[in-house]
Amino acid sequence: MKAVSLADITVSPAGNKTVPQRRLRLPGLESVVIPVGALLASMIVFAIFCMLAGANPIGVYASIYKAGFGSWYSWQNSLLRAAPLMLCGLCTVLPARAGVLTVGNEGAFIVGGLAATAAGLATQAAPAAIMLTIMAVTGGLAGGVWIAFAAALQHYRGVNAVISSLLLNYLGLALLLQLVEGPMHDPGSLNFPASYAIPETHHLGVIPGTRVHVGLVFGAIACLLAWFLLERTVWGMNAKITGGNARVAALVGLPLGRIILLAAFLGGACAGLAGMVEVAAVHGRASQSINAGYGYVGILVAFLARQSPLRVIWVSVLVGAMVASGGILQRAHDLPDATVAVLEGIVFVMILASESLYGRIPLFQRVVDAG
Amino acid sequence: MKVSNHTRRQFLRAAAGVTTGAAAKAAASGSAHDRLVMGFIYNGPKNDLGYNQSHADGRFALKGIPYVEALEESNVPETVAVEESMRDMIHQDGARVILATSYGFLDPFVLRVAREYPTVQFFHCGGGYRDGVDPKNVGIYFGFIDEVEFLAGMTAGLMTGTGHMGFVAAKPIPQVLRNINSFMLGARSVNPKVSMRVVFTGDWVLPVREAEASSSLADQGVDVLTGHTGSPRVIVQIAERRGIFATGYQFNQSVLAPHGFLTGAEWAWGGVYKRYAEMIHDGKSVMNGSIPRRMSGTLKDDFCRLSPFGPAVTPAIRDAIAHARVRLLDGSLQVYQGPLRDNTGRVVVPAGKVVKIEDPALDGMDWLLEGIQGQAKG
Repeated sequence: MKAVSLADITVSPAGNKTVPQRRLRLPGLESVVIPVGALLASMIVFAIFCMLAGANPIGVYASIYKAGFGSWYSWQNSLLRAAPLMLCGLCTVLPARAGVLTVGNEGAFIVGGLAATAAGLATQAAPAAIMLTIMAVTGGLAGGVWIAFAAALQHYRGVNAVISSLLLNYLGLALLLQLVEGPMHDPGSLNFPASYAIPETHHLGVIPGTRVHVGLVFGAIACLLAWFLLERTVWGMNAKITGGNARVAALVGLPLGRIILLAAFLGGACAGLAGMVEVAAVHGRASQSINAGYGYVGILVAFLARQSPLRVIWVSVLVGAMVASGGILQRAHDLPDATVAVLEGIVFVMILASESLYGRIPLFQRVVDAG
Repeated sequence: MKVSNHTRRQFLRAAAGVTTGAAAKAAASGSAHDRLVMGFIYNGPKNDLGYNQSHADGRFALKGIPYVEALEESNVPETVAVEESMRDMIHQDGARVILATSYGFLDPFVLRVAREYPTVQFFHCGGGYRDGVDPKNVGIYFGFIDEVEFLAGMTAGLMTGTGHMGFVAAKPIPQVLRNINSFMLGARSVNPKVSMRVVFTGDWVLPVREAEASSSLADQGVDVLTGHTGSPRVIVQIAERRGIFATGYQFNQSVLAPHGFLTGAEWAWGGVYKRYAEMIHDGKSVMNGSIPRRMSGTLKDDFCRLSPFGPAVTPAIRDAIAHARVRLLDGSLQVYQGPLRDNTGRVVVPAGKVVKIEDPALDGMDWLLEGIQGQAKG
């Protein structure tokens, strides 16, 4: 009974002074109409951009569709790019649900990849399955500790986690460059500093019949697990209460620190695992190339998904398709290479702006007498 | 309705047959054979006034060749993205040749896609090919730009008033160290007392850090700035703002410094790409060996060139550089002519010995010439 009343408080919009009362909104409709509306608005703004850049927006959208979903061939392209985005998206989603906003996805991705490489190189004599498991665990641990550190700084020392995790990204990149040019450097990689390579026989494979590596499966499973954890367990309930109103959570005796740190650790572990997949399935070694920007796109994915693990799955595929269409926009429409970044940016801003609409549109606020 | 549709279709078919029949057929088959689709992929923006633009400029040089269709994609990350770009170019646009211009594209990406498409030819700039291991449809092209850096260094050595020069570099890797040393060798050949300070920024594109390094070098009294990063545009801009000289690298940066730009070492990929296009058009391939596995060149082969001189460079100096250029071309002047010591006192090229710039002994360069303040090892 107590829990129900708490949940009511957490879902009422901030600044709303009305006395909590039993009322039913049209909740399903609101959470569909607003994001779809934001997407449509972004498409209109992007269409104007395309026209200014001298391209026909309808043709551009046709190309984006063709390059993203036009055939099984393009689907694989989109899925291949979506795989790391799912894991990187969770890196923001999980801590956010416990009330800590982090943007350290890129750094966690990098240190995950680095740690996994080190672990892989240390155990390359072992059978592939064992080496890959050790790599995954190490990568996850490294990414988890990385983000948990930022969350701990906020919880215990009052350092804003957005700032600290952002700065940790630069630290992660510096660490990567330092290690692949120093202690982990393969002297054979003269003009392209890289670590030693893990054995080619021990690489993470592709999903049979496709060119998509199994990182996609990892990502989808992680999203499902995160959903289960948040929506179907007591811990998830506690985390959401903590995220909704930390003071109330403390008042009812929830262990705030433990909840926040675990949520941040799990989020970071996802990004770290993505880094491991990037090394084990794509590069086979650590180099500056593993800093490919997946972490930053993961933040976009998390916000587009409104911090919901299940939505992360399809949003990742959607964003993956968007990124996959970058090439054809350059080749067929002569648009600048930054076009996809412009589209991503417009969508991101629109989605963020639309957040302020929740609870403000009268139609969705119509109170239906439930009593 | 149905009838009229039928007749219209028949009419169109008949008309096509009558008017263009054989000619159209010949043209179609001809263009399918003759049309050569080449896909260029750059790691960074194609207007960076640096490395990527030097390649985009090379691609642009193919405009005049009627049978070539040159596609391009820029800002392609060195991950699955570049694999997918190559596959798209081959799959969607029918590319028969891929030119992957960034070092990090080769292993494993170009190698992997090359195995998937054994009839497509892949050319990579600057990479290492392992004979017997890597796919046969991969070729490598690269240039030795040491002589041009030498000439730019000469210009700098003749123009400097303070005798102090500054070099902003990305990483202490052999390719970069060669440019630093050959620049210094050029400067020293005309101005034995010249000194140079090197600052490594740590990565290829770090405009803020490049600007900081350039400013601090200017504060320390250098009056010529140059660099080796993805694009030294910021370095040249800072030099101009501080009222000192600059020499460029990768691409012609003279527009950025109308007063202080001296010259620069720039790539000239257009000729290389034309040669590839012509050879492939003639039916040659890297698979059967009729196109060399490794195609490399120097100043003499027009793989690189000196940027046009800026207004500050006097006619006497221009003559001196032109003279040195001729001597480099005929071999009477060498960049790495012993005795050479590094800045720790170690002899790196013994007296009387000449190391030619194509010599693989230079591939692992790990030293900085005496007179250079900086560390060759991170």
